[in-house]
Amino acid sequence: MVDIAAPVAAKTVSRFRFIMDRREVLGSVLVSPAVLYVLLLVGLPFLLAVYYSVSAYSIYNPSWRFVGLANFAQIVRNPEFLHTLGNTFLFTFGSQALGLVLGKFGAFLLLRPFPGRRIVRALIILPWAVPIALSTVAWQWMFDSLYSVINWSMIALGIITREDAPNWLGTPHLAMLCIIVVNAWRFFPFAIVIFLAGITSVPQDVIDAATVDGAGFWRRNYQIIMPMILPIVAIGLIFGIVFTFTDLSIVLLLTNGGPVGTTSVLGFEGYQVGIISGDVSHGAAISLFMLPVLFIVVVGMLRFIRRREI
Amino acid sequence: MAAVLTRDIIKTFGGEVPAVNGITLTVPDGEFMVLLGPSGCGKTTFLRIICGLEQQTSGDLVIGGNLVNDIPPRARGVAMMFQSYGLYPHYSVRKNIGFPLRTQGLPSAQIANKVDWASQLLGIGHLLDRRPRQLSGGERQRVALARALVREPTALLLDEPLSNLDAKLRASARQEIKHFQQRVGVTTIYVTHDQVEAMGMGDRIAVIDHGRIRQLGTPAEIYDDPADLFVATFVGAPPMNLIRHNGGYLGFRPENFLPKEMIVNGGACTEFSFRVDRSEYLGSERIVYGEIEGAETRQIITAKLPPAHVAEESIRPGEWHPYAVRNSALRYFDKDGKRVSRH
Repeated sequence: MVDIAAPVAAKTVSRFRFIMDRREVLGSVLVSPAVLYVLLLVGLPFLLAVYYSVSAYSIYNPSWRFVGLANFAQIVRNPEFLHTLGNTFLFTFGSQALGLVLGKFGAFLLLRPFPGRRIVRALIILPWAVPIALSTVAWQWMFDSLYSVINWSMIALGIITREDAPNWLGTPHLAMLCIIVVNAWRFFPFAIVIFLAGITSVPQDVIDAATVDGAGFWRRNYQIIMPMILPIVAIGLIFGIVFTFTDLSIVLLLTNGGPVGTTSVLGFEGYQVGIISGDVSHGAAISLFMLPVLFIVVVGMLRFIRRREI
Repeated sequence: MAAVLTRDIIKTFGGEVPAVNGITLTVPDGEFMVLLGPSGCGKTTFLRIICGLEQQTSGDLVIGGNLVNDIPPRARGVAMMFQSYGLYPHYSVRKNIGFPLRTQGLPSAQIANKVDWASQLLGIGHLLDRRPRQLSGGERQRVALARALVREPTALLLDEPLSNLDAKLRASARQEIKHFQQRVGVTTIYVTHDQVEAMGMGDRIAVIDHGRIRQLGTPAEIYDDPADLFVATFVGAPPMNLIRHNGGYLGFRPENFLPKEMIVNGGACTEFSFRVDRSEYLGSERIVYGEIEGAETRQIITAKLPPAHVAEESIRPGEWHPYAVRNSALRYFDKDGKRVSRH
């Protein structure tokens, strides 16, 4: 007879044999590269910038002398800086507003099925996907004082004459308009995606109920769909604002801050002062100035979203 | 006057078989009409045509005496309650109920009055400042009903309004909907696939299958005198027993199929020898499954018996028992499934 219940000597197993089965251990191991990455490539430069901004450091005189908030006091007193700050707000909110309007229109156009919709949906992402350096070069030619295709078209259509063809990038207000348009163009595919995601998340029953309850197209849009997707759009807008507020590439490539500083924005100014001129401490102070501004904007919007949450 | 009248409504999606295939229906003022059918039978499409969310391919639709074929939903004066209620999540209950009135441009004082009236009627006055997500399923249903009733529609359309409620709540919600419908006297068209709802609430039932009305009648007519095999087997749980007979079908309800000794003081009976396979005790009833002797094809026959009166011997499995049906309870169908008086 076989004794199937024969007692077996308890085998001793190493405590560490199944260590990777433990959630907290495996989780820490998997997340550590990301933590390391953030600490080294985001945290460290940030702390360095904070220190630069309260020191007298420049590339000609690399001193670590602590000067307190003197750098900030100096830049705030500079009328040029205040002008740049104003430009940054105009650039950010102007392009976001334009991008949102274009995004909403685009989303509604892409919502209805039509032949080739998938291809159009893929193509519309291009402005966002193409490297900004490349697309800005194309825009630069379109705005060129001599070879502008925009001017050529308007002349050909008889809207303007050759004599009063605008110098897009050479006239202060027009140059600002140009960078706003280019940034809105770059941002609107993202807005389309956000709006599409939002609109398709509204249950059909709710839209049908509104239709039967007597709401026409506009009322359905502005009293039902828009309020319902507002939290999603606001999140997208936060991203847009943060990226645009800190952006320097379009200004650097298209206008180089000109004419006479009328399109200079904070990111560009920080780059000019801190890197080109080598005045690292003031450059850092200018860049860090964005932090409290964005902090207030983002916290304000997040609170708004929270209140609206449904 | 007929509140809702349809004439040969056809709706085709993409050219294949029509979803609605020629429905002609007259719903008199104040009637509770139930459209009953399996899922995909076209009943919801038909309802969406009435409220204007779908446009019929052909046929006429008259609401409140007006031909409304080309009138948009907002001008038809009908209210609809949806399966998942379709409440507006960003509005309070008060604004939800008031929404159909705001779209009509009523002055706010009047809106407030009517919202109060509707919320009192449904007993949700204390919920007016909440958001839909803060409500239970039953409360949401009442809000949806209040929103539908608030503008006193020509017709109230309900699309499976109870399917999101649990079984217990469903019974009381059924009572409530019927109660309010009678109290307000609004013409109601109610779509469901649940025969209990249909039988319990409908003044009349239209049984729909494959986009056509198979039978239109009171619950008693539908149950007792089914027009064809589809109605006979769709309504009733368990469904009507059918046996092949003289080239057609012979049908009888499980509750009419009883051990012979239980049929007392009745008229003529038809007897069957019934071999019991198994039985289920369900508390209020006992369902017995088995087969009968001499059937042309082998098939399961069910009997529904009152447990208190059934002798243990007459349901013993594996044995043949004498069972019978009163002749007045027998129904005959021809080979195409149409009801006939006799073979």
